[in-house]
Amino acid sequence: MARKKHVIYKYLRTTKRFPSIWCPGCGVGIFLGALLRAIDKSNYSKDQIVLVSGIGCAGRLTTYVDFNTLHTTHGRALTFATGIKLAKPELKVIVIMGDGDAVAIGGNHFIHAARRNIEITSIVINNGIYGMTGGQLSPATPLDVETISSPYGNLEPSFDICRLAEAAGSSFVARSTVYHAGHMERLIGKALQKKGFTMVEIISQCPVHYGRQVGLNSAVEMMKWQRDNAVTDDKAKGLSEEELQGKIRIGVLVDREIPTYQERLENLKESLKEKAVAL
Amino acid sequence: MKKTELLQGNEACVKGALAADCRFFAAYPITPSSEIAHRMAYELPRRCGIFIQAEDEIASLGAVIGASLAGAKSMTATSGPGFSLMQEHISFASIAEVPCVIVNVMRGGPSTGVPTHPSQGDVMQARWGAHGDHPIIVLAPSSVAECFSLTVEAFNLSEKYRTPVIVLSDEFIAHLREKVSLPSSDEIELVERPKPAEPPEVFVPYRDPGTGVPPMPSFGEGYRYHVTGLCHDERGYPTTRADEVEPFIRRLFHKISRDLDKLQWGETYYTEDSTLNIIAFGSVARAGLTAVKTARAKGMKVGLLKLLILFPFMRRKVTQLMESSTTILVPEMNMGQISREVKRVNQGRCHVETLNRVAHEPIMPQEIMHKIEEIYG
Repeated sequence: MARKKHVIYKYLRTTKRFPSIWCPGCGVGIFLGALLRAIDKSNYSKDQIVLVSGIGCAGRLTTYVDFNTLHTTHGRALTFATGIKLAKPELKVIVIMGDGDAVAIGGNHFIHAARRNIEITSIVINNGIYGMTGGQLSPATPLDVETISSPYGNLEPSFDICRLAEAAGSSFVARSTVYHAGHMERLIGKALQKKGFTMVEIISQCPVHYGRQVGLNSAVEMMKWQRDNAVTDDKAKGLSEEELQGKIRIGVLVDREIPTYQERLENLKESLKEKAVAL
Repeated sequence: MKKTELLQGNEACVKGALAADCRFFAAYPITPSSEIAHRMAYELPRRCGIFIQAEDEIASLGAVIGASLAGAKSMTATSGPGFSLMQEHISFASIAEVPCVIVNVMRGGPSTGVPTHPSQGDVMQARWGAHGDHPIIVLAPSSVAECFSLTVEAFNLSEKYRTPVIVLSDEFIAHLREKVSLPSSDEIELVERPKPAEPPEVFVPYRDPGTGVPPMPSFGEGYRYHVTGLCHDERGYPTTRADEVEPFIRRLFHKISRDLDKLQWGETYYTEDSTLNIIAFGSVARAGLTAVKTARAKGMKVGLLKLLILFPFMRRKVTQLMESSTTILVPEMNMGQISREVKRVNQGRCHVETLNRVAHEPIMPQEIMHKIEEIYG
């Protein structure tokens, strides 16, 4: 009996040879599967989608998939995406970033894209570490964790990336983990349908550069940690602040109607047309 | 009939961009370039174009590159400190071969320097500021009319060669008001980026068609290709193979250098019999021409070569001039950046004198005249 080809094969570039550059146990591949399944369930064509990425492990994702793909500079993916979306609004622009990419070097672009509420689906794959450069601390590394660049423990508190996006003005904010693959796919699907700037944070694992440092010695252990520490909204309601300490809240955290940049722009264009007639 | 207008250099730059069909402009406020952004913010939305004030200059050029990939002719404008922030993306636009225009209205540096007096201190930053070996085209207007014409040409060259083009203006020219007669739209020739003739199924995005400039589809046109700042093979995929990287980087240089003869954009004045020749660009070329006229009135055989294109450096035209010169004088508002290029190509042909100014005051014709008299003895 012929094996049914998985839906993601439709979206993989046949001219680019796999395997990918990712280490065994990396969470990016699991995310990629969820992204492609979510896209498959959406109404967007391959020609319509522009997938933009920054630099780092997550940044390499664009190479492998059959869309209009753009692998940009470190932290600046959202700036390129802004130009694409404004110049050609009919395109569906999706931006993939890592945690260091999005909120360290790209922090400024991240908050301003959210503030403008520009129509971009952004995804931050948060593995809490700089993987590609060998395991330095990122703004998402928890306090006290020993990394190669914090050998005596991390002195810096970490960002809550979802709260950052919410405070900056994002229309839609959600969080999932690569352990919750189906949940992750559904959240990405929702983000793809939502107007305005949407941000989905995906908690992922880097067994090579993070897990080993904190005593989680395999991808499986790290994913079990995600399973055991994730708390859905329903569950969170029954827990106290103390009980929620150190837990990962997953689900849709923000879903609100705010005028988007595109809507404001369209209004401006209309008003200028009227003025031209009046002249 | 041509309309005569009183325009400022920065305004002429905007008119040039609009004449070249610029559809997208992103910038961060910085004097003395801000009038370009102000005018673009007013004009573009009325023409269904896009203006956006970015959060910084890195974002400005990122958005410009994104818009260009989506098919819009795009531009940004800045001054020294902002230009430094843009270097990362100039490098990206070079390797990814994305047409875009960057106007740098030079002001006195280093750092915040002397805002905002004129300077020509960014010549080498324009050439080599971006990391990695990369080709670049740099144009330098010396009048309001040239702010217009060279901005049009900047778009044309960026489209033709798929490369970032820098318009290196200075505060003096940017804020100068002059009477100009701009050409009408049917008198302006526009160049568009090469487009693929073949269907997407057989399209190889970075294959050299013989000109060194691969055709460039826009995002959304059905050619789903990969754009990256990594060294890439013909298909656009990252490569570290020496036999792919070496020809790739060489092609980037060659696509421009093969046309070097066509890019000798300089204007000569009184050089038929001159033995002392001035080489200057930007606002200093104006002072140079006045000095030459004064010297001529005194019977001195002095000429001028005004550089309209700084890079690639017009070696042929400059060496031709050197063949008939005993002395070349290079006045510039920096410690000697273009004079280094002049000395580099001189190879002992003649004597090279410099006249430098870093106090960020314009070089006056009298100062150049004084130097001419000094050389004449």
